[in-house]
Amino acid sequence: MAKLRKLKEFLIEKLIFASGIASVVFVALIFIFLLREGISVFKDTSLGSFIGGRFWYPISDPPKLGILPLILGSLLVTAGAVVIAVPLGISAAFYIADVAPAKLRNILKSCVEILSAVPSVVLGFLGITILVPFLKHFLKLPTGLTALAGSIMLAFMALPTIISISEDAINAVPREYKEGALALGATHWQTLHRVIIHGAMPGIFAASMLGIGRVFGETMAVMMVTGNAAVIPTSLLQPVRTLTATIAAEMGEAAKGSPHYFALFAIGIVLFVISFAINLTADLFLNKGRKR
Amino acid sequence: MTRTVLKDFLLGMLLLAGFCAAASPSDQKTRSIQIKGSDTMVNLGQAWAEAFNKIHPDVNIAITGGGSGTGIAALISGTCDIAESSRAVEEKEIKQAEARGVKFNIEIVALDGIAVVVNPGNPIKNLTMDQLREIFLGNIKNWKTLGGPDMPIVLLSREVNSGTHIFFKEHVLRRGKKKGTEEFAPAALMMPSSYSIAEETANNENTIGYYGMGYISPRQKVIAVAKNAKSPFIEPTLEAVRSNAYPISRPLYLYTNGTPKDVIREFIDFVYSKEGQDIVKKTDFVPIK
Repeated sequence: MAKLRKLKEFLIEKLIFASGIASVVFVALIFIFLLREGISVFKDTSLGSFIGGRFWYPISDPPKLGILPLILGSLLVTAGAVVIAVPLGISAAFYIADVAPAKLRNILKSCVEILSAVPSVVLGFLGITILVPFLKHFLKLPTGLTALAGSIMLAFMALPTIISISEDAINAVPREYKEGALALGATHWQTLHRVIIHGAMPGIFAASMLGIGRVFGETMAVMMVTGNAAVIPTSLLQPVRTLTATIAAEMGEAAKGSPHYFALFAIGIVLFVISFAINLTADLFLNKGRKR
Repeated sequence: MTRTVLKDFLLGMLLLAGFCAAASPSDQKTRSIQIKGSDTMVNLGQAWAEAFNKIHPDVNIAITGGGSGTGIAALISGTCDIAESSRAVEEKEIKQAEARGVKFNIEIVALDGIAVVVNPGNPIKNLTMDQLREIFLGNIKNWKTLGGPDMPIVLLSREVNSGTHIFFKEHVLRRGKKKGTEEFAPAALMMPSSYSIAEETANNENTIGYYGMGYISPRQKVIAVAKNAKSPFIEPTLEAVRSNAYPISRPLYLYTNGTPKDVIREFIDFVYSKEGQDIVKKTDFVPIK
């Protein structure tokens, strides 16, 4: 009997170990697969002309596979979303965590959760029917399908992440800090922006980075509202094409084994590396916050 | 406790395996047809399938879009029975097919005119092929140049996975030369569907776009096109496409692997029948007969 129990124990332990290690294995496999497929693009084009090329005409003969406009497009849309979502998200987190009365806090928290549950294609649909015509008429643009429209949509998607993680960070600030500040005669606002914010900073930063990661990898809503023109963007009020939208729009057509197909995988590598860097930064800051 | 978990797990795997087996394609007994390909032809295919189903209720027809290239790729890889395509197969695709033992059987089942459309508020009515070419190459950037109001031109194009995109590029930008080097202006907006081109054209007075004739609606204005400066301006109508008077028109194809048999043969025969060709007309394409 004791032997059977031991065996059981052993099996369960190994099973849990396998589940735990699975995600590591998956990430490694995904990366190896991407690398294997994507690396072949460099038979046809050099790294410099891939990353730095200004023209994306993947199905021409010979194809022009320059992803600089796509990288800049992704960065611009992300930057726009960050400028909108980060201040809004952090303010909202402070309000929910520290200012709002308990009843309102619960309502707000569930609303934030609902916001995160809206599918991105639905947001994109709202964007194309409401936001895009509005931007065009309001800003007198040649077209409303712009980086700005993408940034606004993405800001909505990043907000729930930023708000809930920032709020956790604010709640994690020791109560004594707040009490001490108030006891020293600081007003509520002074306590907030001179004391609590410092305690919560690493967590807030991590929240922002995770929000950015979410924005950077988003595809559907962006593809629907940014116009997808592969030009090097000079302003937010211009159509752009992002890395993710390019893969989504073209993967169905790309003939297996063609330079176009490999180039799309290579774009996948670029996306993977950038997202990885963003998440790593977020992680470093989260850990820093915990140590304090 | 653990034993029940294990049992559940095994049961789950069994069920999953069962589902996978049930979902495997081209089961002869159920008589199903998988059709895939051109977005332009999705509605047409759907209408054929519905009418065909009324005669043969036992046949299961699944139709998906994704672009002509997607359909042809699926036919080569064996994941569909019929590929709908708005362009001819390419040399590359024939080679890939040969490598996998697939032999294309080509059926021209309808004709399509590509309509060039602008916003109804735009006074421009007529354009020549050369003017269209200059516009989509990005050399003409303002409607003023064409005698219209002083407004920037916003170009709307389909994505590169669209047969309409490729046809327009080869036929208008490259003047019919497949190996040309002309490309859509980088500033052209790449729209994910014909629907989104129709929407943006209806909402934005600066735009010019193109889509299959099937999408023509009063919310966009159709441009009459002339082959050159001397020929008349012609609108994409049924007669104009069939008589080849309208300059931007093309055949629509169904591809199968080898000579079609059984239920696929029945479906293609139906497509060629009077009823099938009436459906072509009803969905705003041009019947071949």
